Amino acid sequence: MTDLVATNETILVVGGGISGMTAAIEAAECGKDVVLIEKTPALGGRVSQLYKYFPKLCHPVCGLEINLRRLKAQKRLRVLTMAQVTNISGNAGDYSVSIKVSPRYVNENCTACGACAEAVSSEIDDPFQYNMSRTKAVYLPFNMAYPQRYVIDGSIIGTAEADQAKTACQYNAVDLDMSEETLELKAGAVIWATGWKPYDANKIQPYGYDRYANVITSVEFERMMDPYGPTAGKLLRPSDNKEAKNIAFIQCAGSRDRNHLTHCSRICCMASLKQSTYISEQYGDDDDAKSTIYYIDIRAIDRFEDFYKKVQDDPKTHFVKSKVANITEDEKTGDVILHGVDTEGYNRYDNSHDLCVLAVGMTPNANIKEVAADTHTDVSGFIEADEANGAIFGAGCASNALDVNRSVQHATAASLRAIQVVNRVASAEA
Amino acid sequence: MTATNTAVVAKYQNNFLQEVEANVEEGDWVKMCMQCGVCAGSCPLGDAWDHSPQEIFMMIRAGKREEVLTSDSMWMCTSCYNCIVRCPRELPITHIMHGLANYAHRLGIAHKKNPTRRFAKIFWDNVTKNGRANELTLSIRLYFMDGIVSGIKIGLQMVGMGLGMLKTGRLDPMALVMHKGIKDTKGLHAMLKKAYEIEGKRKGYAS
Ligand SMILES: Cc1cc2nc3c(=O)[nH]c(=O)nc-3n(C[C@H](O)[C@H](O)[C@H](O)COP(=O)(O)OP(=O)(O)OC[C@H]3O[C@@H](n4cnc5c(N)ncnc54)[C@H](O)[C@@H]3O)c2cc1C
Ligand code: SF4
Ligand code: SF4
Repeated sequence: MTDLVATNETILVVGGGISGMTAAIEAAECGKDVVLIEKTPALGGRVSQLYKYFPKLCHPVCGLEINLRRLKAQKRLRVLTMAQVTNISGNAGDYSVSIKVSPRYVNENCTACGACAEAVSSEIDDPFQYNMSRTKAVYLPFNMAYPQRYVIDGSIIGTAEADQAKTACQYNAVDLDMSEETLELKAGAVIWATGWKPYDANKIQPYGYDRYANVITSVEFERMMDPYGPTAGKLLRPSDNKEAKNIAFIQCAGSRDRNHLTHCSRICCMASLKQSTYISEQYGDDDDAKSTIYYIDIRAIDRFEDFYKKVQDDPKTHFVKSKVANITEDEKTGDVILHGVDTEGYNRYDNSHDLCVLAVGMTPNANIKEVAADTHTDVSGFIEADEANGAIFGAGCASNALDVNRSVQHATAASLRAIQVVNRVASAEA
Repeated sequence: MTATNTAVVAKYQNNFLQEVEANVEEGDWVKMCMQCGVCAGSCPLGDAWDHSPQEIFMMIRAGKREEVLTSDSMWMCTSCYNCIVRCPRELPITHIMHGLANYAHRLGIAHKKNPTRRFAKIFWDNVTKNGRANELTLSIRLYFMDGIVSGIKIGLQMVGMGLGMLKTGRLDPMALVMHKGIKDTKGLHAMLKKAYEIEGKRKGYAS
């Protein structure tokens, strides 16, 4: 790790989601030196946690695989996982970056055979499943994780279990003496692609996410529908593990709301439309199964209108033009009751559903100002394209609420900007 | 039709939204409503009224002047503030509702029989008479609002409470004949008259 050499001609990409991977790969494919750093133990970001993705409804593993192949082919691209930037100083073409690398306790010898995990029994909440299920304290983050290397959670370090994991490994890959490292790197340009996180649903008091078991978020729903998710692809509601069939989706949960996020999160309309197709797919001809989407207005931008039209034609999917006022719970059945008034006719409703999915908004995952105080961001904390930011460029959801397609386009643009900066450095030094 | 009403109708022609923006307290917020429906669903009075705030705001934009100003909705508002707390656009809904009530009253369009309007008027007259509320005469006027018979009936129902209040000194029986107001009642009346004039001038009401 310490042999990592970076110069003013290096492009540093922070965040290894689809945007960061794209920016890094494209710069490397153009012959630039790139360092890609990722906070978690694996690349992929939130796309790897989706069951399918719109508009084609294919599985994200496929796009991930293509990108990983491109990435592995690039000798000029170096990846650091479990790493975070702590400070950026300097100017365009000449940045000094401090990076903190957390110990994984497993080195490059790992073949991902899994013997270490079998040797331990302690469990931790599984962040890949949004903590809805647990995983061993020695784990592979997810099936397609890159690097394919196990992680030992810090909670068992110093216990007998850690030693058991070490003994179980035939490849000498477990290194319990690893400790936190700090690195100082040079970089000519920085691409900030730290992505998004779901808005904290507990803050939307009238919807009772903190009180009612059967109110969940869209990201949790996405995991539940995945065969590799916490319920193995079955829609089992949290209160009683019964199959949920009558599903409500609440749009703009936390978005377009001056009490929460002022911006439109832009993807959540499409996400709920997509998720309604999961219900239709899962339950086929079952007449009891239906999705009801409560919305202010559906924002299926440009060509996504087709997708919206298709979902409108699905007899299993219903639309109610209304922002739900509040939710209560039927204590006997655990059903959730949505209260409100619809805008098409001003009819009062108190609708009972098995499960309610909050289409939560997107908010920036990392605050760039903590490491580069002068960077310009908008009111929501997204990085703006501003000359004052020098050669620090936002990419993907760090810059705005974007779908994968737009994130990737945006990342490519950021990559080009960064390439121009290091090209200038190179010609000045020549 | 009061003269004031005729004058504003002439001034704003068919643009009721503009009229509301200019004359109703917090009226310039109305255009910010995005018709999400949260206020309508959050009002504890629910279906006890003609129109929800959401509907009122849409009607204002649609120019439904008569229906809005004669609606009972703004008189039903209990100032619970549930709608203000939840409105994603932070409209001061409660205040707009009271502003509308006040405006409809000022124009002389509000229903004369609306109980909330009548209570508000009784209270206003009572408190402005000498600058202090006279609880005894206020209650009596309120009880007899709908005539002698119903007044006696309500009075009899409330006897227990009245006696209790007398005993604990919460009600002064002498207030019937002598109620101590503020020192300068005349000054207060002059101030209120002036304020009324200034408002009329600012908003261009015919006096
Ligand atoms: C419910 C839901 C469903 C969706 N479905 C679809 C869909 O079907 N189709 C579609 O096109 N889009 C969909 N999206 C949008 C999609 O998730 C985003 O477009 C995509 O995740 C953006 O990728 P990104 O790389 O910009 O951000 P992310 O995926 O968030 O990746 C950011 C990466 O940066 C890392 N990171 C964060 N902070 C730091 C730090 N300080 N240092 C280092 N690394 C850091 C993170 O660990 C992560 O790996 C959906 C979104 C939601 C909410
Ligand atoms: S995309 Fe749809 S659900 Fe999301 S904030 Fe915008 S309007 Fe609301
Ligand atoms: S809650 Fe606010 S934005 Fe929504 S309908 Fe009511 S006033 Fe309009």
